[in-house]
Amino acid sequence: MSRPVVKLPFQPKHITDFPCGTCDEAGHLVEKLSGWRTATPAINPALCTGCLKCYLLCPEGVIFKKDGKVAIEFDFCKGCGICAHECKFDAIQMIQGGA
Amino acid sequence: MNETSNKVFISGNDAVALGVRLARPHVIAAYPITPQTTVVEKLAEMVEDGSLHTEYLHVESEHSALSACIGASAVGARTFTATSSQGLLYMVECMHYAGGGRFPIVMMNANRALALPWNIYNDQRDSLSQLDSGWIQVYVEDAQEALDMMIQAFAVAEHAKVLTPVMVNLDGFVLTHTYELVEVPAQEAVDKFLPPFKTTNKMSFEAPTNMGFTATPTHYAEFKYQQHQAILDSAKVIAAVDRAFGEQFGRRYGGLIEAYRVEDAELVLITLGSVTGTARIVVDQLRAEGRKVGLLKLRYLRPFPAEELRALTRPAQAVGVLEKNISMGYEGTVFTNVRSALAQNGRDIPTLNFVAGLGGRDISKPDIAQMFAQLSSAAVELPANHVIFVNLGVETK
Repeated sequence: MSRPVVKLPFQPKHITDFPCGTCDEAGHLVEKLSGWRTATPAINPALCTGCLKCYLLCPEGVIFKKDGKVAIEFDFCKGCGICAHECKFDAIQMIQGGA
Repeated sequence: MNETSNKVFISGNDAVALGVRLARPHVIAAYPITPQTTVVEKLAEMVEDGSLHTEYLHVESEHSALSACIGASAVGARTFTATSSQGLLYMVECMHYAGGGRFPIVMMNANRALALPWNIYNDQRDSLSQLDSGWIQVYVEDAQEALDMMIQAFAVAEHAKVLTPVMVNLDGFVLTHTYELVEVPAQEAVDKFLPPFKTTNKMSFEAPTNMGFTATPTHYAEFKYQQHQAILDSAKVIAAVDRAFGEQFGRRYGGLIEAYRVEDAELVLITLGSVTGTARIVVDQLRAEGRKVGLLKLRYLRPFPAEELRALTRPAQAVGVLEKNISMGYEGTVFTNVRSALAQNGRDIPTLNFVAGLGGRDISKPDIAQMFAQLSSAAVELPANHVIFVNLGVETK
């Protein structure tokens, strides 16, 4: 499954480095959102069953499948905690503190 | 139309509809409003009789009409809408979207007064309140120009260096509902002049794009600079399109501004739209009496012909701006724009602002002759108040 690639840094030197209006290559992300977090999810692989409920419910789409279980794209996780709240196996804990 | 002539006797609104059909838009989304209504009625009839192949979207409001046009433009479709007055104001949020998204939509606006008091007649306070929305604005003088500008407007808007929406303004009723003899160009000739719209600035499966995105304080201003520059650059495109149009169809309109007998004019009146015809007659009458008077018609308000204004008013001793508009609490917006341009000349020409024609009030030849008389006095001594409401029916002191 393809995931967003952050093309950092976007450092335009000339006005022509900008797209014409708001139309540019799809998925061209110029900022990470990790700075939004005040709490960070931690997955306990021993408890994770790979049920994918968190994957389905993550509002940012930053949870992905990995080796039959799940992992998190921390560049874009805003730390909302929905995954930890929804996990029926207590496999995700929110740790105070951001990126 | 008979076989030997392609001239027809039609209203300004009919001319708009014929021009739009010749431009072959993929999508039309519009909501009827007086005095624009007969444009969208005519276009709907054309779709019904099969002479116009377009996706005609019946929407529930002007906000939806322009939103639909933006959506269609975002997949690379040529799109048209039309409105007036309150309808234009209802579009305003979307107008900034269309400008900022660089969607080359063409809109016809029937210039009409704004409520309250409710009024369906002509003035230009609707479109002149929208000079800052990132649209090119042109004001036409007759039905032929209305038809021709529908075709030119798409050519300008869709030019790769412009990619900016264009608003074509017709004075409500005075122009929209007046019948004139109009030459209708052949479809083949228009097809040659205006090929199908092609852009990479669109959604597509082959080259997926991200459209309508966010820009933070780090990047936002550059997008506004680009829009500003594109509209400034459009002046050259407008001139080139007009030239090419003249070569193909034999009619030219002269770019951003039209000058009439200003070469040695000591008193210059600046107009826009249909009142120019009346003013031209007054200029001829005064010239016959030996008065050195001239006329400048602003065709485009964005881009603004600042350089041309400076050059063309060089011999002037007083300049007047006649506009169907007032920015309450200051002066007419056209006047503010003109003053700003003239100030760059390094000399302070006496200027008067004639506010006339509000809510459809007539502007007569004697009214305009009186404006020249007032300019003549102002060249000697400026009156205390430079904003003059013409033809107020009552005393105010």
